[in-house]
Amino acid sequence: MTSSASTRRAAAGGRADPTRSSASLRHRLAERGVDAGLLMLVPALIFTLVLFVYPFAYGLGLTLQPTAGSQARYGGGLFANYVGFFTDPFIFDSIWITMRLALPAALFNVVAAVPVAFKLRGRFRGKRLLTTLLVLPITLGTVLTAQGLLIFAGRQGWLNRFLIDIGLIDAPLQLVMNYTGVFLSLVISGFPFSFLLISSYLSGIDPSLEAAARTLGANWFERFRRIILPLLAPGLATTFILTFVLAFSVFPSARLVGDAGGETRVMALMAYRSFAEQIDYPMASTIAIMMGFVELVVIAVVLLWRATLFKGPTGGKG
Amino acid sequence: MSTVTETPTRRGAPSAPPRRAIVAAPSTWITWAIVAAFFVFLVGIVVSVVVDSFSKQWFGQWLPPQYSTDWYTNAWERFNLTRVIGVTIGVGLTVVVLSILIGVPAAYVLARRTFPGKRFVMLLFLLPVIIPPITYGIPLATVMYANGLGRTLLAVVLVNLVPSVPFVILTMTPFIEQISPSIESAARMCGARTLDIFVRILAPLLVPGVLAASILVLVRTVGMFELTFLVSGPQVDTLVVAIYRAMTSAGGGEARQLVSAMAVLYTATMLITLVVALRFVNPTQLVARVRDTRDDD
Repeated sequence: MTSSASTRRAAAGGRADPTRSSASLRHRLAERGVDAGLLMLVPALIFTLVLFVYPFAYGLGLTLQPTAGSQARYGGGLFANYVGFFTDPFIFDSIWITMRLALPAALFNVVAAVPVAFKLRGRFRGKRLLTTLLVLPITLGTVLTAQGLLIFAGRQGWLNRFLIDIGLIDAPLQLVMNYTGVFLSLVISGFPFSFLLISSYLSGIDPSLEAAARTLGANWFERFRRIILPLLAPGLATTFILTFVLAFSVFPSARLVGDAGGETRVMALMAYRSFAEQIDYPMASTIAIMMGFVELVVIAVVLLWRATLFKGPTGGKG
Repeated sequence: MSTVTETPTRRGAPSAPPRRAIVAAPSTWITWAIVAAFFVFLVGIVVSVVVDSFSKQWFGQWLPPQYSTDWYTNAWERFNLTRVIGVTIGVGLTVVVLSILIGVPAAYVLARRTFPGKRFVMLLFLLPVIIPPITYGIPLATVMYANGLGRTLLAVVLVNLVPSVPFVILTMTPFIEQISPSIESAARMCGARTLDIFVRILAPLLVPGVLAASILVLVRTVGMFELTFLVSGPQVDTLVVAIYRAMTSAGGGEARQLVSAMAVLYTATMLITLVVALRFVNPTQLVARVRDTRDDD
């Protein structure tokens, strides 16, 4: 706009240089969107810089200042923490342990929520109650979920008792203090969340598309496979990312209903132990930052896949 | 769309005639199986914790032989729960107010303006939401301990603001986008200054969005374990951290019933907050509105 205005002026009078606007700096900035209104952004920016960017940079710097202990143990000078992270199987394996827990849990939450959200999208009596009940676990929090799982699904709990009494099993199932316990707790806290998101994505798909497919003779599976799924896929990718983020940073339940020394020795737990128990801040920062890195890699892969999906004017895009 | 339009007519409206097929599709069976399994666990977990918290002793029977409320009084005294709950609510409300005050103006700018570096700013606000809390929590806690802020109330509030402010910005930006700018222009033509526009025009229109965002932030803050745990100490523990400490304290943790009593108190607090909140806001409204605005552009 600036250039066209000045060009016109230059053509009319021939006085101004066509490449330079004669307007004041303030005016030119305002035309590009920079004016006093942007000051409203300042508190949030300062806040983010001080409490997020600075600590993050500080933590990155800290990873390159290994303690004498780590240096002696792993060698590698400045990079001792990274050498330790990649060579010490006790630390490095926690990546796979975390992945083995978070990926299936997130996938399960998304896959199980699709049919439920699909069925519950119409109107029916008691829908609000059912939705409210499905949202309820958000109030439970990880700690009560953990406590409840310990009591309900423990060796003496109602679940095992019931299964034994009806003769389905002979000995109590080991459902807590191992991988299963953490997985269950991740599903209980993550499923309502993905249900809510997928419901809202589904409600964005025009029902007339499905009706049209029905008039053309498509059965329920074809309608789902050819109409709903392609439209919903980007939303599913977004939901997967968000539930994955929740499951990836699992920490209290890994300790409370998991096997913190073995099967569920997740990265967050390792980072916390270095931080609070070994008081090795550089190593703790290293694990924490590598944890963020691993998570971003997974997110990037999902986003790349999502970019190849249909992004039309209708549908449950994220 | 449906979630927004159907809210005001939820009672007394003529309900649509049932148009479902008589024979249930296979997906119906899958759906009800998943919902049933989920509720078995959900109800089992909640009921067993509640029963446990009221039992004198409970081990190896279907139901506890004797009931009492001793564990509640016991927990209240041992952990000074008056202070813990006070800290929890105080921290929650402070975080809500501060994150709204910081976040909404920023969301307004992001919704209305284009300026150089906008994408970068958006990314900056997005990162704290998608990066795991532990990843930035540990460096942040290290900085706080180095500056003598560790185990203070200020640290707990600040650390909880880190995900809350970007969360408010990200949820409020699409909400503000859907408010027509011509309303603001009209107000400006009538002589309103920026402050007037904010107080008289935008604030009333933003109330539903601000309420929804506040509730989500409050629930997140009260339930936020990882970040609070990293910087809090015995004097400034929130409820969820206090329960965790009780469960993992040296020597095998506190008695199970004591922890159950605290967990029930925690859930009751959350539940009351949420039920009160749901009277004002539809939980899917915020997300649905995000979608609606995106459909427009």
